[in-house]
Amino acid sequence: MARTRPWCPVCGHELDQPAWDGPHPSHAVCACCGTEFGLEDAADDELGRARRHAALRQRWIAAGHTWWSTRGAPPGYDPAAQLARLLGSMPHDHALPPGRLEEQLPDKAPTLTSSEALAEASRCLYCFDAPCQRACPTSIDIASFIRKIGSGNLAGSARTILSANLLGASCARACPVEVLCEGACVYTGWGRKPIAIGRLQRFALDRAASPALLERAPPSGFSVGLVGGGPASLACAGQLVLLGHRAVIYEKEALPGGLNLNGIAPYKLDARTALDEVRFFEELGVEIRCGVEVGRQLTPAQLLAEHEALFLGVGLGPDKRLAVPGADAAGVWGAVEWIARLKLDPRHTVAGVQRAAVIGGGNTALDVVRELAQLGVPEVALVYRRGEQELSGYAHEWEAAKGEGVTLVPHAVLQEIAVRDGRASALRLSRARDGRATEERLPERPVDLVVFAIGQARLDTLLRSFPGVRTDAEGRAVAERASGRTDNPRIFVGGDALNGGKEIVNAAAEGQAAARAIDAGLRSGELRRG
Amino acid sequence: MPDLSTDFAGIKSPNPFWLASAPPTNSGEQVMRAFDAGWGGAVWKTLGNPIVNVSGRLGSIDHGDRRMIGLNNIELITDRPLDVNFREIAETKKRFPKHAVIVSLMFDTKEEWREAIRRSEDTGADGLELNFGCPHGMCERGMGSAVGQEPKVLEELVRWVMDSARIPVIAKLTPNVGHIEDPALAAVRGGADGLSLINTVQSIIGVDLERLVPLPTVGTASSHGGYCGPAVKPIALRMVGVLARDERITIPISGIGGISTWRDAAEFIALGSTSVQVCTAVMHHGYRIIDDLVEGLEQYLASKQMRSVRELVGRAVPGFVEWGELDLNHHVVAEIDAATCIGCQLCHTACHDGAHQCIHLPGTRAHAGHVAPQAARAAELAQAAAPEAPYRVPWVDETECVGCNLCALVCPVEGCITMVERRRAPAKDTWNERVAQGRDRVPGGLRDLR
Repeated sequence: MARTRPWCPVCGHELDQPAWDGPHPSHAVCACCGTEFGLEDAADDELGRARRHAALRQRWIAAGHTWWSTRGAPPGYDPAAQLARLLGSMPHDHALPPGRLEEQLPDKAPTLTSSEALAEASRCLYCFDAPCQRACPTSIDIASFIRKIGSGNLAGSARTILSANLLGASCARACPVEVLCEGACVYTGWGRKPIAIGRLQRFALDRAASPALLERAPPSGFSVGLVGGGPASLACAGQLVLLGHRAVIYEKEALPGGLNLNGIAPYKLDARTALDEVRFFEELGVEIRCGVEVGRQLTPAQLLAEHEALFLGVGLGPDKRLAVPGADAAGVWGAVEWIARLKLDPRHTVAGVQRAAVIGGGNTALDVVRELAQLGVPEVALVYRRGEQELSGYAHEWEAAKGEGVTLVPHAVLQEIAVRDGRASALRLSRARDGRATEERLPERPVDLVVFAIGQARLDTLLRSFPGVRTDAEGRAVAERASGRTDNPRIFVGGDALNGGKEIVNAAAEGQAAARAIDAGLRSGELRRG
Repeated sequence: MPDLSTDFAGIKSPNPFWLASAPPTNSGEQVMRAFDAGWGGAVWKTLGNPIVNVSGRLGSIDHGDRRMIGLNNIELITDRPLDVNFREIAETKKRFPKHAVIVSLMFDTKEEWREAIRRSEDTGADGLELNFGCPHGMCERGMGSAVGQEPKVLEELVRWVMDSARIPVIAKLTPNVGHIEDPALAAVRGGADGLSLINTVQSIIGVDLERLVPLPTVGTASSHGGYCGPAVKPIALRMVGVLARDERITIPISGIGGISTWRDAAEFIALGSTSVQVCTAVMHHGYRIIDDLVEGLEQYLASKQMRSVRELVGRAVPGFVEWGELDLNHHVVAEIDAATCIGCQLCHTACHDGAHQCIHLPGTRAHAGHVAPQAARAAELAQAAAPEAPYRVPWVDETECVGCNLCALVCPVEGCITMVERRRAPAKDTWNERVAQGRDRVPGGLRDLR
C-alpha cells in the first residue's frame, strides 16, 4: 500500500505532518483520537513512546473509537481501516533505544570467522544417523549442514537448518546445546570436545540465511490467526506461510518476539538479534500486528470469524512471588520482568546494588544471577530451598555462574523481606530440610535487590476463553501431543502454554508440528471459517 | 534453479553426477538406493570372467585429523555371478528409466566381449564403459591397464566392441602412462563414443614399520594397488584438461579422480568434463553426499547466471595453456595487511628458507634503493612497542619479491596476504614469442632429438 500521508501512531488517522520527526514532536493534535504529540506520548526513547502509543490506543479503543473533534467525525474516519493501516506498520526493528543494560553484557560466543568455521566443520565426522540430529527437538540434519559449511555451500547449509527449524538463528545462540546436540556428539561420549554445533549453525545463518532459500507452496487462500508473538507462533506462522497460507500474529506488546526478545540472557541472544529474526519472518510473509491484546481489542469469536484456524502461542503469565511480608517493596522484582527491563528499558539500572539475592533454583534463576554477576554486582547469592545437587537449572549454567562469583545459599526458605524506607533491606530466612522450612532461623542477609525466579503464572483463563479449549491442573492447555490440536478442532496450541515452560527449540518444534497439522486440516476441508 | 540434466554421447541423466565403477555400484540394491538419494547415473562394478579376491583390500593415508585423503585398493572386478549382475542391472534400469545405467566390462577374447555386450544391451542399459584402467591384478592377466598402456591393443579392442555395440561406448583410461593423449587418441581412432578418466594410480600406500611389510597386508605380504581419493584430484584434473584442449579429441569426457564436493565437480566440468564420476567420497560418507553435490553446483551455476550445467562444460579450457604461452610481463608482489596480521611470521620463515628472502621482520632496514613501502612504518612501530607486546608484522621487499605466492599460501589469516599486480611492462611477452623472434633459444637438444 502506497503511503501517501503520515498517520497517527495511536489511532491510524491521517495527519498533516508526521507526529514525530526523530526526537522532535510535532505538538499537533490528532483530529481523531485527540492525542497531543509530545505531551501525551512523551517518553525517553522510541520504545517508551511505542508503549505509550499502545496504551493510548487501548484507551481509544476502550472508549469506542471516539473522535476528539467537536465538529463531528473527522474526514476519512474509519476505525477498522485506521487500525489495519496502523497495526501492519508498527515500527520495531529500529525501536531499541541505546543505553540498555544488556548492551554491557558481551556476546559469549561471537560468530566464527570463515577459517574457524572451516576448521571446526572439518572436525565433524559426518556421523551416519547422527546422534546430534536425534537429540535436536527439530531434527536439524546437523551433519549435513556442517559438511556444507566445509564445502563452502553456505546457502545450502542455511537451507538445511531452516528447512528443519525456522528459528535456527535464535536456537543457535540460546539452545542448551550442552544437553542437546553437543551433549549427544560422539566426541562428548569419547571424552573429547564436541563439535561446536551451535556456533557453526550461527555461522551458516549469519552468512547465508535468507527467506529466498525456502520453497513455498502456491497461495491457498486460507488464513490462520496466531495469538502471541513469541517463538512458538513465529515458527508456526513461518511454516504456514511456506505451506501457502496467510498467517497473522496478534501480539499484545509494542514489539514482537515474546521471550526471544525479552527473556533470553543477553550474552546468548540480544534483543536486536531477536528483532532481526522477527524481520526474517516478516520477509517470509508473516503478518504481525503488535499492540493488539486478544481478550481486549479482539475477542476469540472475532478471530474465529476471521480465520479458518487459530494457534495459541500465548506463553506464560506474570512472575509468581512468594506471599511473604515485604514481597511488594521497592527493590523486589519478578525475574521475567527484571530480565525484560534489562533487555529493553534504558532506565533500568543496577547502579548502587551491592548485594543481590535471587530466590529460586531453575534456569531463569541461573540466568538472573549470571546477569547480575556479569553486570558487576559485588555479591550475588542464589537462595534455594534445597542443595546444590538438586538445582533444577542446567549444571553447565550453574558451573558458569559459580565461575562468575555467584554463591549459593542452600537449604534456605524465605520468610520475610525486611523493608527500610519502603525498600527491601534484608532477607529473613529459615533453614529447610528436604525443601521444607523448619523452625530454625538463619542469619539475616542484608540485600538491596531481590529477584523472585520461582516460576510464572499460567494464562489458563485466557486459554479457556477460547471455545472448547481446556486446561489441566497445572494450567497447561490440553491438546494432542503430536499436533497441538485442542478439543476444538480449529484451535491449536504450542510452546510454553502447552509444555509448561521449555526451550525455544521446543516451541519451534511444537509450532511447526501444529502448522503441518493445520495444513492437513485446511487441505482436507476439515477446518472452515465460521 | 539451473538445469543439471546431462547428455553424454547420448547417455542421458538427470544430473552429471555418476557413481564410478567400484564397490558403491556392486549390486542393484545399492545402485537403486543411490538413485533414490539423487545420483544421476551409475557405472556398474566391472563385469568379467570369475575372479577370487584377497582379504585385506584397502589402505589409506590421513592428513592431520582428516582421514582417508588418499585410498589405495587391491580389489579386483566383481566377484558376483554374471547372471545375477545382468538380472539386477535390468531390474534397476526398469525401475529407474530416466537414470543412466552404464555397464563396465573387462573381458579377454573377442567372443567373450561380444557375448558380454549382447547381454549388457539386453538389460536396457544406457551405455558401456570399457575398463582399460585397473592397474593391479587384472593387468597381469593382460587386461585392464595392460590394455590402457598399449595404444595399439586398445584401439583394436575398441574396434571389436564398436563392431557389435549398439549403445554408446566409453573407454576408461589409466593414468599410468607417460602421455595420456596416446591411449585417448587410440580410443578415438577405434571409434569410442566417449572417454572417462582417470582410473587409479599405481601405488604403495605405506609400509607397516613394525612388521616391515607394505600396506595393506595380506598375510605376510602386500602388492601394489590403485590410488584414488582427494589426493589424486590434481593429477586427474591435468589429464582431463590436456584431453579437453586437444582438438583431435572430439568425444565427451567423463571426469574421475578425487571428486568429493560440488567444488571439485565444478572444476572437472570447467576443465572439460561432461559428466563426473565419484567413488572414494561415497565409500567414505555414503550416497547422501549427493545432496550437497547437487545443491552446491546449482547454487554455483545460479551465482554465475548459468542456466544449465552445459554452459560450464569446458569454460576453463581456454585458460589452460602451455607454459610457453604465459605472459612473462605479468608480475605480482606480496602485500601484508598489518591490520589483520596476527604476527605468526610463518610468511617470513617460509620466504626466507623456502623462497626468495624478501619478507623481513619488523625493525630491520630495507636495502637502499629497494621498494619496501611497509619497512619504515614497521620499524617505527617495532621501536615504539612495549617489550611485553612486541610489534610482529613483517614487511615485504617488493624489489626482491618474485610473486611466488608461498607466503599467501602459508598465511593462516584469510585475506591477510594478497598478491598485488606490478606489471613489468604493459605489453604481453611470452616464451614462445621470444623463441620465435630469436630473443631466446631452446636450451638442450630435446627438440632436435624429436
